[in-house]
Amino acid sequence: METNRRDFLKIGGVCALGLGSLPVLNAVAQNVPKIMDNPQALTAKRWAMAIDVKKCWEKGKPGCKDCILACHTTHNVPDIGTLKEEIKWIWTEKYENVFPGFESGNEPHDIREKPFLVLCNHCANAPCTRVCPTKATFKRADGITMMDFHRCIGCRYCMAGCPYGARSFNFRDPRNYIKTELNPTFPTRERGVVEKCNFCEERLAAGKIPACVEACAAKALTFGDLEDPSSEVRKALGAQYSIRRKPELGTLPGVYYII
Amino acid sequence: MLERALTGNTRYYKLLGTLLVFMGLGAVAWLTQLDRGLTITGLSRDVSWGLYIAQFTYLVGVAASAVMVVLPYYLHDVKAFGKITILGEFLAIAAVTMCLLFIVVDLGKPMRLLNVLLYPTPNSILFWDMIVLNGYLLLNLFIGWNVLEAERKGTHYPNWVKPLIYISIPWAVSIHTVTAFLYAGLPSRHLWLTAILAARFLASAFCSGPALLIILAYLVKKYSKFDPGKEAIDKLTTIMTYALVISIFFVGLEAFTAYYSGIPSHQFSLTYLFFGLEGHRGLVPFMWLFAALATAATVLLLKPGTRANEKHLLIACGCVFFSMWLEKGIGLVVGGFIPNGLEQVREYAPSIPEMMIVLGVWATGFFVLTVLYKIAVSVKEEVQA
Repeated sequence: METNRRDFLKIGGVCALGLGSLPVLNAVAQNVPKIMDNPQALTAKRWAMAIDVKKCWEKGKPGCKDCILACHTTHNVPDIGTLKEEIKWIWTEKYENVFPGFESGNEPHDIREKPFLVLCNHCANAPCTRVCPTKATFKRADGITMMDFHRCIGCRYCMAGCPYGARSFNFRDPRNYIKTELNPTFPTRERGVVEKCNFCEERLAAGKIPACVEACAAKALTFGDLEDPSSEVRKALGAQYSIRRKPELGTLPGVYYII
Repeated sequence: MLERALTGNTRYYKLLGTLLVFMGLGAVAWLTQLDRGLTITGLSRDVSWGLYIAQFTYLVGVAASAVMVVLPYYLHDVKAFGKITILGEFLAIAAVTMCLLFIVVDLGKPMRLLNVLLYPTPNSILFWDMIVLNGYLLLNLFIGWNVLEAERKGTHYPNWVKPLIYISIPWAVSIHTVTAFLYAGLPSRHLWLTAILAARFLASAFCSGPALLIILAYLVKKYSKFDPGKEAIDKLTTIMTYALVISIFFVGLEAFTAYYSGIPSHQFSLTYLFFGLEGHRGLVPFMWLFAALATAATVLLLKPGTRANEKHLLIACGCVFFSMWLEKGIGLVVGGFIPNGLEQVREYAPSIPEMMIVLGVWATGFFVLTVLYKIAVSVKEEVQA
């Protein structure tokens, strides 16, 4: 068969048209997978957490790290062992670091010296999801700031964007550094991606409250739907004065501190 | 035209060979980084961008500065620039190539790079930066190549190139504006959260780019039969001098707002950079070197005698290029992360493999530049002959 330039271009054009029509076909006749929600799943309009720091200090045992351990075990968070590459989803900091600019220097001793829990704030107006170039980090309808470990390209723009230092990056393969018992129901990560607290969305989907909340014997952590006036978290916030981290930035954190 | 890059004298091959050695060393370091992760760099949880992104930021400026020869020539008919527009455009191509490479080497998962196209996200400034940078690369490739080809054939370039030239002018401004927006829109990074950041970026670009271009034009004149022309160099020097003074002025504006307002969070990063914070003084020498070099360059350039003396002019250009590199290629990016979001000071210093990768990318850029300039100069020599 003889093929001249004109025929070749014609055939090429038809082929290109055929390939190009695939997305159109997909859009018109998309096969939407049917997924049945777990009827036991916990749902909310906006998940939020209240941390009662006095309860944490007064009712918790000295140096208690139950919530941190529970979280890091549940999510296979590695212990790299250096400040430089540290990976943490929930940890403690001092008042002056959690609320920089708020300190007067004359606060009660406990406020200045005792540990404050910090974690991802699941901001309603999250800078990290705004800057992510691949939607690897995104907002869910229920307010959770989610992370897709499989889509993240590791550009770390979200880390520059987060005002709270809530994000960690896997500088090396984290799998050799998981020192807690491996949880086979939650994915481990690869090197080169960012990770952070996910408000235990995988547990919520199975009808369980977040691991840190469950682990706290002092009941210092309250979790619930901010939009539901009868929820635990709303009752806690309605009963006592609370503050959020860096409110001036307009990020609208979903984590409240009852001081 | 490409075949002109394949023939040259020994000096040309030696230069390419040297650059290839550095490219090879960089490639080895990068393969190590691919294998072991970004742990081999000095980057940390707190300073999550360092030398790579800083070089990227600086080189976007160098690329954008091509507009400083293109704009006067095409919009104001400044004929002196006619001979060197091609040098500006080819410098832009090399600089954007380096920018793109610096993004790639910075990624934790470079194999997923195309996710940026697969899941386009217009709310991310990085998405727009990808568009403007690649667009600028293509614009300069098309324009530079066609204009040079026309010159070789002794004809006028095709008419469809003209709109591209006009588009390339605001496009050059856009690449550095969008790059500034990468930083200027982040809450709580006070060093970057300033409305004049894009203006600062443009001002420093329009002095560091022409500085490099003057040095390159001098080298071209010295090692080839093509003379870019004294008038063009004089005009570029004037542009560079104005841009340098404006750049220094802008840095002063930042200092005034931060220190006169008295707001601590606005001062921390600046204090860290120039005086040290909580005993951490890692970047202090670099920032004062920047201040010294920028001052020296200003003094040199304001003296008419310097501008007339080739050697002094080259020294001044070197001061401009290096001082702006210190300010933008190191201080601005790293300083933005210190202190971190919890107001703790965690310092950053690049590792040796990291610096090898940086050198490798610069070598790649200069390899591209050498090849492109070889083609351009060969064509110019032929036309002259």
